[in-house]
Amino acid sequence: MPQDADQVKDHFELFRGDEYKDMLARKRSEFENPHPDAEIERVKEWAKTEEYKDLNFSREALTINPAKACQPLGAVFAAVGFEATLPFVHGSQGCVAYYRSHFSRHFKEPTSCVSSSMTEDAAVFGGLTNMVDGLANAYSMYKPKMIAVATTCMAEVIGDDLNAFIKTAKEKESLPAEFDVPFAHTPAFVGSHITGYDNAMKGILEHFWDGKAKTAPKLERVPNGSINFLNGFDGYAVGNLREVKRIFDMMQVEYTILGDQSDVWDTPTDGTFRMYDGGTTLEDAANAIHAKGTISMQEYCTEKTLPFIAVHGQETAAFNHPIGIEATDSFVMEVARMAGVEIPDELAKERGRLVDAIADSNAHIHGKKFAIYGDPDLAYGLAKFVMELGGEPVVVLSTNGGKAWAAKMQELFDSSPFGANCEAYPGKDLWHMRSLLFTEAPDFLIGNTYGKYLERDTGVPLIRIGFPIFDRHHKHRYPVWGYQGGLNVLVTILDRIFEHMDATTNVPSKTDYSYDIIR
Amino acid sequence: MSVSTPTDIAQVKERNRALIQEVLEVYPAKSAKRRAKHLNVSEEGKSDCGVKSNIKSIPGVMTIRGCAYAGSKGVVWGPIKDMIHISHGPVGCGQYSWAARRNYYIGTTGIDTFVTMQFTSDFQEKDIVFGGDKKLAKIMDEIEMLFPLNKGITVQSECPIGLIGDDIEAVSKSKSKEYGGKTIVPVRCEGFRGVSQSLGHHIANDAVRDWVFDKVGDKEPTFEPSPYDVAIIGDYNIGGDAWSSRILLEEMGLRVIAQWSGDGSIAELEATPKAKLNVLHCYRSMNYISRHMEEKYGIPWVEYNFFGPSKIEESLRKIASYFDESIQENAEKVIARYRALTDAVIAKYKPRLQGKTVMLYVGGLRPRHVIGAYEDLGMEVVGTGYEFGHNDDYQRTAQHYVKDGTLIYDDVTGYEFEKFVDKIQPDLVGSGIKEKYVFQKMGVPFRQMHSWDYSGPYHGYDGFAIFARDMDMAINSPVWSMAPTPWKAGESDTMAIAAE
Repeated sequence: MPQDADQVKDHFELFRGDEYKDMLARKRSEFENPHPDAEIERVKEWAKTEEYKDLNFSREALTINPAKACQPLGAVFAAVGFEATLPFVHGSQGCVAYYRSHFSRHFKEPTSCVSSSMTEDAAVFGGLTNMVDGLANAYSMYKPKMIAVATTCMAEVIGDDLNAFIKTAKEKESLPAEFDVPFAHTPAFVGSHITGYDNAMKGILEHFWDGKAKTAPKLERVPNGSINFLNGFDGYAVGNLREVKRIFDMMQVEYTILGDQSDVWDTPTDGTFRMYDGGTTLEDAANAIHAKGTISMQEYCTEKTLPFIAVHGQETAAFNHPIGIEATDSFVMEVARMAGVEIPDELAKERGRLVDAIADSNAHIHGKKFAIYGDPDLAYGLAKFVMELGGEPVVVLSTNGGKAWAAKMQELFDSSPFGANCEAYPGKDLWHMRSLLFTEAPDFLIGNTYGKYLERDTGVPLIRIGFPIFDRHHKHRYPVWGYQGGLNVLVTILDRIFEHMDATTNVPSKTDYSYDIIR
Repeated sequence: MSVSTPTDIAQVKERNRALIQEVLEVYPAKSAKRRAKHLNVSEEGKSDCGVKSNIKSIPGVMTIRGCAYAGSKGVVWGPIKDMIHISHGPVGCGQYSWAARRNYYIGTTGIDTFVTMQFTSDFQEKDIVFGGDKKLAKIMDEIEMLFPLNKGITVQSECPIGLIGDDIEAVSKSKSKEYGGKTIVPVRCEGFRGVSQSLGHHIANDAVRDWVFDKVGDKEPTFEPSPYDVAIIGDYNIGGDAWSSRILLEEMGLRVIAQWSGDGSIAELEATPKAKLNVLHCYRSMNYISRHMEEKYGIPWVEYNFFGPSKIEESLRKIASYFDESIQENAEKVIARYRALTDAVIAKYKPRLQGKTVMLYVGGLRPRHVIGAYEDLGMEVVGTGYEFGHNDDYQRTAQHYVKDGTLIYDDVTGYEFEKFVDKIQPDLVGSGIKEKYVFQKMGVPFRQMHSWDYSGPYHGYDGFAIFARDMDMAINSPVWSMAPTPWKAGESDTMAIAAE
């Protein structure tokens, strides 16, 4: 028997023992009716070819391993960034179980969110009763300061009217008339999680600024010098928001983070569970109307929110998940310009330190080819930084990026010789990426946890940056924004390159002449 | 606060009843009335746990339950490895359930096996408006083009499919005919059906009956039948659970002709009606198909429990009792052979775990089946409940597993569970990813008892060693002594309760 009480073997070792190997081989040959090994090998090789790639790209209906999620996930992300806010998803309950699991697996934190648990009867008669009872239960049990409602595809298909339902729930005294219940329609069959973020954020601002669904007067904007900041859907929210706050404080900018997730997804283990922690206060959310301007870090996450804000008279500026020197320069200078402040020397020093680090290390990146995928803004920010490091993006793919995004990517590639051989792939999935990795043969792949299947199948080493990251811990605590964030990204890329160098030079008497101790 | 001594059993019951009253107070009256039926204190000698189950969750609370899609695609069908399972509808459901359950399998992913992939029709607004049947047909053609070694296709319906009236059965039938009789299985597991993932299991079982068994008909199996042929039903091979179970059956001299559904294949599904006995691990998710095989093919089925040596021994003997003396003797030999291992595991870990209390809240069979494994290690389960159990689960629990006075909570809400744990302060909570970090923040050791926290297997003798080690690492980790801030002693609510 392979198991041993003194040296307990779990699945990593246990099934490599002969008893298990024999058993599994018998299972396969006697009962699984497998294809012949030669046939499997043939198809495996065929799937690496240009011919297969062409077939793969001729797909019109099937999506395989998409790098996107659905709208309500983004709505939940936006909502948890507000003080004591409970996200409430109107639809069937399984969806919410999935959102909570998904975020918990990425952040290693609890995620509080409720649903209206709609079943067959609600499908027939509508979900009004579920909304009326659900809001009453949520309000009395979880004592939130705000409940932010979004929908699932089910509620959208049957056409439930959130505005009317919430109004009715208040009339039936599920919660007090003045209680804040912003809402957004977030059908899962439109856009992706970044669309959901946008809709929910706009819904929340609209609620506070435009008269709380006709229950209060619209706010009158009295401009002040403050700056609003939107992070967009961001898997690094904990690290990024703290870094951005540090930068704003250093610059002495008055600011409001609209949707600050940094504390609720980073609560301490000290004997107390905090269901709510931190977040933008509701007062700040309302007062944000008076700001001088609003900065969005992710253009494609705020396509509706920013124009909404602009209509209220503010200046707006949007970035594409800025990473690295030039992108952070633009961000910092825009903040300084908008807020009318000077950029402190300390920030210039931080910048110089990142330049220093790049100067020390870029030789290991220069000329290397990268395939990159992720949400449209992140993919842009990463590609720009890779080019800044002398790397050459050859494939940049975004399942939830559209034609406008692809055009913008092309502009970026055209701006530098490092982008000369790169193509952007909007609306494509990770099975397309698999073909591209075989045919374009980049040196490294940058993407989220799902990229490990691509790494296994194609041999292209994966650099984990994106959302979700399930199989590495605590990455979300480290910023990728600001000059310090740029340093983190640089180190993440370098570490993987060095690991790969060591792994490919460590064969004694064959390749280990390059197994260097100084790199 | 100790709850383990039998002398204060009356006190324990009284405390538990008071706790139930306390959590109910926070609900609006209508909801309190509904929730009251799901909470109870077990009484010795009762035929069930005295709670209502398999009823709609109340809206607006954090129920831990999932949906029918999760039960069908996420549990039953998803692990069938050589078929392609289409998440039919919008992108989310497939994305969140993508490779999240660690149904281990052997195969070349993307070529002849497909479990850790996400195939979806990625419904857009136009598909909702015009219907998705044409798209589905095209998807099947594209699957045939790109994955020529797939052995079949299932269509796992998400919420909109049923609502817009798509005819996935017609598409499946016509495509199956077009591909020369390929197995294509439409599954109506829309998430709004039923009250939890439980209905999804049932619907998935019915789809096996209607679209696999009925299609195979009297076709001869590809192997020579033997008198010792059994099928493992209801093991999803989390972290290799089915493998550490299968090895014991084979050591007994039985021949496992099929494994459902972890590391399972369509050939094994088709072969199962030729088994002499179905051995059923997850009763909740696969009793339906086991009963069907009993009625239609006359195959008896027997439940077994492979958590912890006491229950493993009992189960091995029970399974052997369906066969001749040679198998029964072999069962004793297997039990004897592994005794050295289990003795060594218990000798090592029991002193570290003796007297520790556990609260469970899981799905399937685990709220009862793992109790024996904890008891083998000297631990006591003081509270348990099912995510999606039915009355027959609670009957089995009351009659064979829980002790007098155990707190029972069906479809527990986040609020109730936190309160219960906070007041009872068990040494360990075993539940899922959504609950894990809540209790760890409270300073309570935790193990995910759906996924074994990425460890495993936990089934069988080999799995028991891992189970014991993992419970020790959770409970006796130095981290828990660091949770209270030393200069804030006495300030936190939790600590105040613990000191009562």
